[in-house]
Amino acid sequence: MRATPPAAGGSRLGPTVVALARRALVNALRKPQFLAPLVIFPTLFLAINVGGLGATRTLEGFPQVDGFLDYQLAAAILQSLLIGGVTAGIAVALDIEGGFFDRLVASPAPRIAIVLGRVLAAGVIAAAQVVYFLVLGLAFGASVKGGAIGVLCVLTIGIVAGTGFGALGVLIALRARSASTVQGIFPLVFVVLFISSAFFPLELLSAPADVIATYNPLSFIATGMRQPIAFSNQWLPVLEGLAAAVALTAVSIGLSLLALRGRLRDA
Amino acid sequence: MRARLRMVWALVRRGLNEILRVPGGAIPGVIAPTIFMLGMAAVFGKAATLEGYGGVSFLAFIVPVAMLQGAGFTGAATGVNLARDIERGWFDRMLLAPAPRPVLLAGVVASASLRALLPASFLLIVALALGVNWPGMLELSLAAVLVMGLAAAMACYATLVALRFRTQQAAPLMQMGSFIAVLFTTSYAPRELLSGWLGAIADVNPVTHVLEGVRQGFVGDVTWAGTWPALVAVSGLVLVFGALAVRGMSRQGI
Repeated sequence: MRATPPAAGGSRLGPTVVALARRALVNALRKPQFLAPLVIFPTLFLAINVGGLGATRTLEGFPQVDGFLDYQLAAAILQSLLIGGVTAGIAVALDIEGGFFDRLVASPAPRIAIVLGRVLAAGVIAAAQVVYFLVLGLAFGASVKGGAIGVLCVLTIGIVAGTGFGALGVLIALRARSASTVQGIFPLVFVVLFISSAFFPLELLSAPADVIATYNPLSFIATGMRQPIAFSNQWLPVLEGLAAAVALTAVSIGLSLLALRGRLRDA
Repeated sequence: MRARLRMVWALVRRGLNEILRVPGGAIPGVIAPTIFMLGMAAVFGKAATLEGYGGVSFLAFIVPVAMLQGAGFTGAATGVNLARDIERGWFDRMLLAPAPRPVLLAGVVASASLRALLPASFLLIVALALGVNWPGMLELSLAAVLVMGLAAAMACYATLVALRFRTQQAAPLMQMGSFIAVLFTTSYAPRELLSGWLGAIADVNPVTHVLEGVRQGFVGDVTWAGTWPALVAVSGLVLVFGALAVRGMSRQGI
C-alpha cells in the first residue's frame, strides 16, 4: 500500500500555525511563572507611577488629562507587551534547548510555521494583556475618552505591537539559542521604554532622552494608544501609532524568518 | 565561638567568590538599578521642579532608591543561589556539617551584606559623574550601613522563600518582595506629594525610614532625628526576617 503523499506546503501552513500557536498558549497557561511577570511588574509600576508622580500633572507643558492613570495606562500596556516579547523569546529558547525545535524541523511541518505559530500566540496573549489593563484602568477610575471605537483602536495597536514584540523575542531566541541569554535582555525593555515618551510627555523629557524619544517607534505606539484613552479619537496619532506597530511587526517577522533560515542552514 | 566565626567567614568567602567566578550573576544586580536610576532621572527629571523636592535634582533624589534596589536584588540573588544549592544537593551536604543552622544562615546573609556594596558603589560613581554632589564620608558611611542592613534583611526573606519552595523558579517571588518594599515608599516623591493611598502605605512601610536615612546625605545634612528611625527600622527588619529564616533553617531535615 502506497503511503499518502504529504499535502502541499501551502495547504498545511494554516493548520500547523494554529496548532503550534495553540501549543504555545497551552504551555503558557500551564506555567504561570512565565505569564505572571507580564502583568505583575507593569501593574506595580503603574501603581507606583500614579501614586508617586501624580503631582507632575501640574507641571507646565503637561497636557490636560482627567487623571494621571489615564496618561500612564498606555505606558503600562506597552511595558507589558514588551515583557510579553521577552517571554515569547524565552519559550522558543527553551524549545531549542529541550530539543523540541529540532523535532519540529525534522517533521514535515512547514518551517515558517515554527515562527508564525509562536508569533500568532504572542498576538493572542497581547489581546489579553490589553484587555487586562483596560479593565484595570476602568476599575480604578480611568476612562477611555474615545469610547468603543477608542477601545478598538487601543486593542488593534496593542495586538499588532504585541505580535511584533513576540516576533522580536523569537528573533533573539533563534540567534541566542539560550533561555538565559534571552532572559538577559529583560533590562533592555526598560531602557527602550525610558528613551521613549511612553511615561512622560516628550516636551518634559530631559536631554538626550527627548531627542531619542522623538524617533523611537515606541513613542508613536504609546501615543497612538494614549490618544483614545486620555484624549479623543484624533486620527493622526492613532494612525501613526498603528503604522509604527505594523512596520515593527513586519520587520520583526521578516528578520525572524531570516534567522530561522540561518539556523536551519547551520543545523 | 572562634570556630563558628571561621565557618561564617568561609561561607562569606564562598559568596564573594561567586562575584569573580560567575560575574554574570552579579551584573543584573548592578545594571538593573543603574538603568532604573538613569531612566527615571531622564524621564521624570522635571518633577524635581515641583515644590517639596527642596531644590535638589531628581537624580540626587533617586540615587538612594537605586542603592536600596541594588541591596534588594543582592538579597534576592542570595535566595536564588540557595535554591540552586538546594536543587543541586549542595545544601544537604552543608546541613551535614557540624555547625548550628544559624551559623550557616549568618554566612549566607553576611555575604549578601558585603556584596550589596558593589551596586551601591557603582551607582554612587555614576551619580557623582553625572553631577550629584559628594554627600560626605559620614553620610556615605551611614548609607553603607543601611544598604548592608537592608540587603541582610532581604537575604533572610529570600532564604525563607528558598527554603519554602526549594526551587529557583521562586526567584520572581524573592525579587518581588524587595521590589515592593523599596518602591512603595517615598521613592519617587516626598511624602507630601504622594497620593493618599501610597502615602498611607509609605507611612507604615519600615523601608521608608531606611530610604529617608540613606537619602539624608544626598538632599541635605544628616540629623539624628532622621538617622535613628532608619537604624531602628533596618534592625527590626533584620531581626524579624532573621528570626523567621533561622526557624526555617532549623526545620530543615537531612
